[in-house]
Amino acid sequence: MSEHTSRPVLRVTGVHKKFGDTAVLKGIDIEVARHEVVVLIGASGSGKSTLLKTVNLLEGVDDGQIFLQGDDITDPRVNADRIRARIGVVFQHYNLFPHLSVLKNITLASRNVFKIDKATAEARGRELLRRIGLEEKATEYPDRLSGGQQQRVAIARAIATEPELLLLDEITSALDPQLVGEVLDLVGELKQSGSTIMMATHEMSFARRVADRVIFLSQGRIVEAGPPEQIFDDPQQPETKTFLSRLRAAEPGA
Amino acid sequence: MTNATQPEATLDERQPSQVELDRRAFRRKQNARSLLISIASTIIFAVLVWLLLINSPGWSDVQRSFFDLDTAISSFPQIIVGLWLNIQVLFFAAILVGIFGSLLAIARTLRGAVFAPFRLGAAIYTDFFRGIPLLLVLYLVGFGVPALGFTERLPMQFWGTIALTLTYSSYVAEVLRAGIEAVHPSQRMAARSLGLGYSKTLRLVVLPQAVRKVTPALMNDFVSMQKDVGLISVLGAVDAIRAAQIEVASVYNFTPYVVAGILFVLLSWPMIRLTDWYTARAQRREQMGGQV
Repeated sequence: MSEHTSRPVLRVTGVHKKFGDTAVLKGIDIEVARHEVVVLIGASGSGKSTLLKTVNLLEGVDDGQIFLQGDDITDPRVNADRIRARIGVVFQHYNLFPHLSVLKNITLASRNVFKIDKATAEARGRELLRRIGLEEKATEYPDRLSGGQQQRVAIARAIATEPELLLLDEITSALDPQLVGEVLDLVGELKQSGSTIMMATHEMSFARRVADRVIFLSQGRIVEAGPPEQIFDDPQQPETKTFLSRLRAAEPGA
Repeated sequence: MTNATQPEATLDERQPSQVELDRRAFRRKQNARSLLISIASTIIFAVLVWLLLINSPGWSDVQRSFFDLDTAISSFPQIIVGLWLNIQVLFFAAILVGIFGSLLAIARTLRGAVFAPFRLGAAIYTDFFRGIPLLLVLYLVGFGVPALGFTERLPMQFWGTIALTLTYSSYVAEVLRAGIEAVHPSQRMAARSLGLGYSKTLRLVVLPQAVRKVTPALMNDFVSMQKDVGLISVLGAVDAIRAAQIEVASVYNFTPYVVAGILFVLLSWPMIRLTDWYTARAQRREQMGGQV
């Protein structure tokens, strides 16, 4: 594997996380290589979202370490803002800034964190908008866009600063079924262009199509991990089998 | 996948790894350090201010006329009695402001053509009373209204309460209106979909959320009113300020004012702390958020 030749972009080792007395993550180990797309699946409450939040330092860990390009980002000495600037995040509920236009949403970090001048940032922002097919919405405010359009803008905002790692947290869960496609197509495009992505999703058919590796989480532990064909067609663990069969019963297409 | 570096976790208590123990130690050290720094900087700052004060050329005069302990002790009983009047006025004014301010806010947010006069009336009222200085309202209500002769002689604290209510209702109404309008329309829709009528929607769903959103601003108005209660002294009501004034005139020393000032601060302090505590609790309950 390429892990031996190049350093993994993300390395999570032995991460534990508790909320009060509830252990949400119980010793998670994951490596994500450059250009790899890793998909986290599992029931609600399995720890997918929490794991993504700890990687972006939006939640602290109670034990274990997380390395981004070899830097220990769980070290309390690191500047968390600088780490977060290197990671792009897309949230389930878009979290666009309603007081800023679409273009300003996309260029906010470029201008205020990376200190890129206005003209350059906006040129790049417009180029991104063209890429996601929303060029004519540059001056609109987020509330005027459909959910799918908002989520595409949120993705553009996350990749505008060319992050080393992209985290997608159930980005289609809040969307109407007919809008899911446009967002997932964009993610597929990001994979083509070589982004390194870790994502949590309930879209199993998409996971199968786009994932290099699928990780099944249950109750804060990794139950099974492997290429999508193996996880979906030939799961080894009984828990994985139960999860997938329940999902198929509920949603025959998946 | 790498092997787990920790021993397998038991359900209850697992032994933290060395890395985590180091991190905890580092954080403890950081916390201790920042605590020490904050204590040190506070002490240094306080000492500097103190030195500046006592080395000022007029300090001994100021100390004698503003910070005289004997005068403070001798004037204390009268001022406390006066403060009791302030508290009474505040109590009734706060209740009246709550009622009247809410009615005004609701009047301003009513929809429908029939309610146009209410909306207009409330708008004119709030514009007028937010613009006019409280002192003028006190004079107009305290000296003007009794002169009309409709009522028997009423104590000045009564008119003071009315004047405070008139002015502060307009402030509170505007704050509440902002809160009502900040409640997302989807909340009204959800309430109406359950079959709640307009007023029940307002009372059970919109107003509680509105009040929560604007609690800090409302509390700010309340604290502000707490000290403006002292202005009723201009009408001749013997409140804390007026009592202090009488003492000042008899002993030719300003210390009673300082005593009254300290008492007003002490009066408002529990409320301020309560507000902070309450808003922090509401935030914890309703806004789930991480550490950022």
